[in-house]
Amino acid sequence: MSAPDAVPFVSVEGLNRVFDVSPPFLNRIVEGKPKQLLRAVDDVSFAIARGETFALVGESGSGKSTVARMVVGLLQPTRGRVTIDGVPMTGGADADDLRRVRRRMQMIFQDPYASLNPRWRVDRIVAEPIRAFGLRDGEAEIRARVGELLAFVGLHPADGVKYPHEFSGGQRQRIAIARALASDAEFIVCDEPTSALDVSVQAQILNLMRDLQDRLGLTYLFISHNLAVVRHMASRIGVMYLGRMVEIGDGRGLFERPQHPYTRMLLDAVPDLAHIGRRREPVAGEIPNPISPPPGCTFNPRCPFANDRCRQEVPPFRDGVACHAIHEGRIEPAPTLLASTAA
Amino acid sequence: MSEALLEVRDLTVEFVTRRGTLRALDRVSFDIRRGEVLGVVGESGAGKSVTGSAVIGLIDPPGRIAGGEVRLAGERVDNLAPEALRRVRGKRIGMIFQDPLTSLNPLFRVGDQLVETIRTHTTLSATAARKRALDLLAEVGISAPDKRIDSYPHQFSGGMRQRVVIALALCAEPELIIADEPTTALDVSVQAQIITVLKRLCRDHGTAVMLVTHDMGVIAETADRVAVMYAGRIIEIGAVADVVKNPLHPYAKGLMGAIPTLTGHEGRLSQIPGSMPRLSAIPPGCPFNPRCPAAFAPCPSVRPDLTAYDRHPVACHLYDPAYAPREQAA
Repeated sequence: MSAPDAVPFVSVEGLNRVFDVSPPFLNRIVEGKPKQLLRAVDDVSFAIARGETFALVGESGSGKSTVARMVVGLLQPTRGRVTIDGVPMTGGADADDLRRVRRRMQMIFQDPYASLNPRWRVDRIVAEPIRAFGLRDGEAEIRARVGELLAFVGLHPADGVKYPHEFSGGQRQRIAIARALASDAEFIVCDEPTSALDVSVQAQILNLMRDLQDRLGLTYLFISHNLAVVRHMASRIGVMYLGRMVEIGDGRGLFERPQHPYTRMLLDAVPDLAHIGRRREPVAGEIPNPISPPPGCTFNPRCPFANDRCRQEVPPFRDGVACHAIHEGRIEPAPTLLASTAA
Repeated sequence: MSEALLEVRDLTVEFVTRRGTLRALDRVSFDIRRGEVLGVVGESGAGKSVTGSAVIGLIDPPGRIAGGEVRLAGERVDNLAPEALRRVRGKRIGMIFQDPLTSLNPLFRVGDQLVETIRTHTTLSATAARKRALDLLAEVGISAPDKRIDSYPHQFSGGMRQRVVIALALCAEPELIIADEPTTALDVSVQAQIITVLKRLCRDHGTAVMLVTHDMGVIAETADRVAVMYAGRIIEIGAVADVVKNPLHPYAKGLMGAIPTLTGHEGRLSQIPGSMPRLSAIPPGCPFNPRCPAAFAPCPSVRPDLTAYDRHPVACHLYDPAYAPREQAA
């Protein structure tokens, strides 16, 4: 797949987001409790080339969905920049440029039962972006475009007169994809698009997304907790842990020779069809509370290679990984079980 | 290890509704041996959870067991009186459900819930029961159990709660544990820990486990045998390595090819057209025939039964010598 070219289509630099999770003002005064801040995303940077699928993986609380929401502009970053096709989305661009870029990016959400208005017919749902951006003139043209979009995602144009509740989960996700394509979007942010679906339906949706990418040259930011799905979809993958990016690599390299100890642990923990009856190494510990993350490298309490430096200093992100042990050459990227079975 | 602990024969569960009787389970038969982990997989609506509930008699009206029998160590349990059944449940069959928060009472300390369960099913004194509760917590991998035993469920993380639920299921040293999606609500690293605990306990205690899940990866790593369900029927059952690597039924083949794996491949996932039929509209004959790429003459009319034609039992006419000399589909 394509390597990141000189000017990335989407570029995210030093993204930060802090949520205020303090108790209400009065409780703070009466009970003398301090303000509590949750650093959901901490200094995350990455770039996505045109036509590429970049995936973010991580467990709950890793901040992957927060990054997605900041990239599409549903959430303002506390600090940092998001640039899409040369237009700075987080301030400094003129309104026309912003409007032009926003039309070209769309989002697909996890829950196809919650992301479609139950009181609207499907044709109205899919037509809304077309009307909002004034992309077609006249009802007849809009109707024709909606029919075309529905056929595009594998539904029947006549399905437009139905309501969302008449469709199954997989069909609803198809409607959500048709809506995302309605504004001629080029960049689609997908937040766990298949995790609410059964495997056979998931396969249909993943295949559809790849076909559409091939036909329309779409760029995807793909968020998922499922490593196998990410491996299947993404050309490059970013692994997040407690709000920080710990490793970025191309699909195959990351899965066969992971660098960061967290990536190794994650890959080792995933149950997979290829490992029948495997005796696994028990994984140590759980994700710490994100309100009071450990100092230094946030992974240090669970890391078998942690030393004093790891417990005090935050590792910088360099050469695709944020890990002191790798930077100092204390550990080598280890080939996984997958490297041997992949051949 | 050899004789069957749980024998289920032609179990049929129906739900009576205003729009007619829906058959959620249709003549399901399987065995679980002592110390064995049987995985039950299928997509939503396949009947895998209903199977688990029916075995322990937890089908509530309007559902009812309409036929078949369930035997635990040779003794019928499906027709027991509610009181007798309650003693079997918990004492001889333990249960683990998907959501650990709803399986625990939020108003009671974890230790008190364990002690209550232990004393219900055994004759231990209060002090001995508390000692046993501490041992159980240690056994499921909760560090410093003497400090955590007096905590409330909300003070535990999701993985810790699921460990407590496993400890609860183990209280009476049951012969069989029914685990319904025990790791679905958990993150992968915690899921791996819970699977390790379950496997170790079964090995140590010789407990049989019926593991109900939609995650083939979990089944592949945990189970000894696997039953694949579709539209309320078992369509294939056999050793895990056999079913995962060489599935026979066209649905099982499609399902295995539809699952992305970590070893990855750049190609397309195999795709089964359509979706599982609703219970109100299960096709006659083989329920999979409208979606099946290999369907032929008998499929829309004759119901295939689970039969061991080849390596392991499968419910598919393709393998039936009666319809020979038809070529077996690749």
